[in-house]
Amino acid sequence: MDLSFSEEQILIKESVEKFIEKDYDFDTRGKLLETEEGFSRENWKNFADLGWLGVAFPEEYDGFGGGATETMLVMEAFGAGMVLEPYVSTVIVGGNLIEIGGSEAQKKSLLPTLIAGDLLLSLAYAEKRSGNNIANVAVTAEKQADGYTINGEKIVVLGAPSADKLIVSARTSGDIGDESGISLFLIDRSASGVELSSYKTMDGGRAANIAFNNVKVEKSELLGQEGQGFSILERATERAIAALCAQAVGMMDVAYKATLEYVKTREQFGIPIGRFQVLQFRLVDMYMSLEQARSMTYMAAIDVNSDDADTRRKAVSGAKAYVGKCARLIAQDSVQIHGGVGITEELDVGHYFRNLTLFCNTLGSTDYHLKRFAELSQ
Amino acid sequence: MNIDYSQEELAFKDEVKSWFEANLTPDLKTAAEAGADLGGAVSIDQMVTWAKKLSNKGWLAPSWPKEYGGPGWDTTQLYIFDEVRAELGAPMPFSMGVVMLGPALMKFGTPEQKEKYLPKILSFDDWWCQGYSEPGAGSDLASLKLSAVADGDDYILNGSKIWTTYAHHANRMFCLVRTNAEGKKQEGISFILLDMDIPGLEIRPIISIDGEHHLNQVFFDDVRVPKANLVGQEGQGWTVAKYLLTHERSSISGVADSTANIKRIKRIARDHGYNDDLQMKLKIASSELELTALRYTEFRMLSQLESGQVPGAESSMLKIKGTELQQAITETRVDMAGHYAYPWHSDEAVGPDDFRYATQVYNFLRASTIYGGSTEVQYGVLAKMVLGL
Repeated sequence: MDLSFSEEQILIKESVEKFIEKDYDFDTRGKLLETEEGFSRENWKNFADLGWLGVAFPEEYDGFGGGATETMLVMEAFGAGMVLEPYVSTVIVGGNLIEIGGSEAQKKSLLPTLIAGDLLLSLAYAEKRSGNNIANVAVTAEKQADGYTINGEKIVVLGAPSADKLIVSARTSGDIGDESGISLFLIDRSASGVELSSYKTMDGGRAANIAFNNVKVEKSELLGQEGQGFSILERATERAIAALCAQAVGMMDVAYKATLEYVKTREQFGIPIGRFQVLQFRLVDMYMSLEQARSMTYMAAIDVNSDDADTRRKAVSGAKAYVGKCARLIAQDSVQIHGGVGITEELDVGHYFRNLTLFCNTLGSTDYHLKRFAELSQ
Repeated sequence: MNIDYSQEELAFKDEVKSWFEANLTPDLKTAAEAGADLGGAVSIDQMVTWAKKLSNKGWLAPSWPKEYGGPGWDTTQLYIFDEVRAELGAPMPFSMGVVMLGPALMKFGTPEQKEKYLPKILSFDDWWCQGYSEPGAGSDLASLKLSAVADGDDYILNGSKIWTTYAHHANRMFCLVRTNAEGKKQEGISFILLDMDIPGLEIRPIISIDGEHHLNQVFFDDVRVPKANLVGQEGQGWTVAKYLLTHERSSISGVADSTANIKRIKRIARDHGYNDDLQMKLKIASSELELTALRYTEFRMLSQLESGQVPGAESSMLKIKGTELQQAITETRVDMAGHYAYPWHSDEAVGPDDFRYATQVYNFLRASTIYGGSTEVQYGVLAKMVLGL
């Protein structure tokens, strides 16, 4: 057994950490939040040049040939910096959907472009009544002689306003909730009939609700086989959850350390407040939550690409449920222990709090994954 | 043991109910349903209009005795009023004047101070803010440093106050200042009243994690305040402040509003497809049980008050449990919001109204276990004063 990282992996980790430390401090990030797109295209190009967009993709598509471990390391550092660039929507979700479900031609044309920083993607899967279940697809794709016509509405499509292409789950057959009959389509964001209502999100990102009004797509824009989209979606979602857990651990790490530092320096009643046992024990709880969450994230990174579907599912749902619980504890306690200053926008802690809150509501809630884990492990 | 209302009390309940039904405007009702009457959904103008309406009815200060212009209700009537008000979704305007300064003036103020200030609190012509916390004095409030140096008939104030809620709307502040830096720190504190438009006073906004401007830091640079504005004697400020905090704590459990909010999240669970979700139902049920226990704990304390006992440190328990419950309810709403936790301060609703302010309110209510004596401070009070540890 060896849970250490290779030299190459450590190099990636350190290069991302160095970037966060040097070029992505809280104030710099604050300025990006205020820009039109909410992130920096220049940074994105930089990420591409440094090879970060391709760490987990095969070399034949210009990737670095890494896997879930490389992704974990990058995501943890990105979490620590609360990076605003659309790495999750484009690389983690979009890239994996293409790698898992795309035809050879699609992979050859799209992945190198993505890895070069010239393609931004966004997955449109959530709907008004879909809840946590990715099989709850009501948007329809009606088959035509030369392709499909898409109708319906998607909500909270993260990163959509800046995306070049949307990956849309739509029903080619069956009923809402059926796993079969879901198809995935690559649609230009600017295609005729695609209507975005964009807004800001609590983590500083951008999202949109999207109406599809008789949107015509070619057959070649189908990702995977018709009606077989669910398993692609599930596999990509599994990888995304493992990555999101690492991102959350990165955020939790900073929030915990900031709180630890605060109780050492903040004085009340003539002594540092960290001398009060009521706070010491809470800090110990935070510390244990962080380390246990990190362990679950390692577990997920190891099992997420298992050939056994149940192993994968259990790993991912288990990690999401457990890390979610720890994330909430650390988010809430770091605010509480900071007192008044913890609830201000001026301090980074409040922003980690917001982002960790959203982590719990992303790609299935803590409760949803706990229940799924319980069912899988009976 | 009996918690039934008498015929008179039932008639009173009807009276309160019909007035609120006739006078509560739809905008406030909608805001209450959205769980956002604390901010976001209700503008300051709307709240002031509402406060004036309550004032005209004589209900802005329900806990005040008749001799000072209040309705002179007993604890049961106060309970009924709060219960009905919250159930119908009527907010109580945020008034430091009513809840905190009023009772202090009644006990410690001069006849002139009472005459000058109490009527304007009742009419909402004066908006008071509270100057207690300082950057270096939070949980350890008695270590406050804002200095008041005597100069003829005035004090000259220098220093700063922080977390001053709605200082930017208030026209007056009641403030704890240090009139003596020697000796026991509690004994060098005085309680003083001041106008917000005096020279040398500057207000800087603090945006909180709900993305709203409720809080401020207030800076004092050679601010001149007449000595006549002292409440109580010089050096008696800590006694006045402690008296106020007991008042604040006994109204802080928020049982009435939590009752209404649990009803709301049950409705939301039904309306948004969570009626078959056992986990969600268990979570709501747990909150409801916490509420029931808290309600009866409060009944027991009220019953003791009615029999003439003074409120003690037990009220710290109401603060701890009450605020935890408020937070749990807002957390459940965020859980139910799912994807709709993402949209942030959008001009138009991008999802159901039920979730539009869910994260904002959840974020801001994290403050409830921090203000008015943090949960950790309350634990200390209970351990020391009640358990004798």
